[in-house]
Amino acid sequence: MTKVSMTVNGKSVSGEVEGRTLLVQFLRENLRLTGTHVGCDTSQCGACVVHVDGEAVKACTMFAGEAEGAQVTTIEGMANADGSLNTIQQAFQDHHGLQCGFCTPGMVMSAAALLKENPQPSEAEVRDYLEGNICRCTGYHNIVKAIMAASGQDVGKIAAE
Amino acid sequence: MYNFELVTPSSVDEAVAALGEEDAQPLGGGQTLIPTLKQRLAMPTKLVSLSRIEALKGVKSEGGALLIGGATTHGTVAREAAGQFPGLADLAAHIGDPAVRNRGTIGGSLANNDPSACYPAAALGTGATIVTNSREIAADDYFQGMFATALEEGEIITEVRLPIPETSNYQKFEQPASRFALVGVFVAKYADGVRVAVTGASNDGVFRWSEAEAALASNFAADAVEGLSAPDGSGMISDLHGSGSYRAHLVKVLTKRAVAAAS
Repeated sequence: MTKVSMTVNGKSVSGEVEGRTLLVQFLRENLRLTGTHVGCDTSQCGACVVHVDGEAVKACTMFAGEAEGAQVTTIEGMANADGSLNTIQQAFQDHHGLQCGFCTPGMVMSAAALLKENPQPSEAEVRDYLEGNICRCTGYHNIVKAIMAASGQDVGKIAAE
Repeated sequence: MYNFELVTPSSVDEAVAALGEEDAQPLGGGQTLIPTLKQRLAMPTKLVSLSRIEALKGVKSEGGALLIGGATTHGTVAREAAGQFPGLADLAAHIGDPAVRNRGTIGGSLANNDPSACYPAAALGTGATIVTNSREIAADDYFQGMFATALEEGEIITEVRLPIPETSNYQKFEQPASRFALVGVFVAKYADGVRVAVTGASNDGVFRWSEAEAALASNFAADAVEGLSAPDGSGMISDLHGSGSYRAHLVKVLTKRAVAAAS
């Protein structure tokens, strides 16, 4: 076992991990931050997306030891300081961007990474960016709509198909 | 996954020393290796992560070539090569998905030499030089068949030097489930000739389509490829996603598309 230390959602944390301990295991099992989900465990589905030093990564395909000293943000760190939903989260609620909710933490983290680098994405750009996030409920339409609404764009013309 | 010791050296020398131990293996971005470990298809006793070695990261241009550190992620290449080498930036921007591109590295991709990976086509299609901790290897000598390269045990790719072409383009026909290249073709035009490299298609891994290179050298137009017969399909990968002759057909189609896009 090796000691690993990092900053998660603004708090310094540390713990004992094995070489093979995945970042997602460390977040869920050591820190009990279970908002980050494990869907496929094969880096296909994106339910485990978190931000490491500001970049979206799949926490099931990175070792905890590789995040030594990193700034990590999970879905638990996304809400506003007063606990209310942030703009992206609120847009998912307003536009029915989730049904079962299993993929939603990863969707929100990917959406936040997208809007940081491209504040006003087109519908095609949103769909392209979500290539690594799989949702089996919504058909993606309302997720795309929510992300575009969160970017401040008029989504009235993106009518339900 | 079997357990192992994970070490994160901060210099190439430390990494090479760590890799000298028996059953030690380098870890790039891990986007292929970690899934492989989960399936227990590899059992290293020690993994040497290269992701903390700052000297292995970055993109710069020097002497008409783009120099990319071995531990540079696809996402970084997509951003930083866009101005000088848009054909390469576009290739990098379509590997995997955004989260994978933030971890996966050019050195990892070239060291693994997956027969369906994109970067081998760019390295061979530009006549790149693969620089390691101990030597420089020409791309024409580097790729030695499916998952096989000229790298020795414990040898690390420190830099990839890709001559910047006058124009280039990469066309990928994605396998619809995995989104890996069913066939991918990289075309690059230089003052002294044209190179055409094909990934995804052959049982021997990435290869150059020399007939197309000769035809395009005298006439860089999709029409020049039209008159050629597709490469021989007998050495092509044949699986449930496509027969060898289908892949051979795609090589010609994608070469024409790449030339049209680069013209």
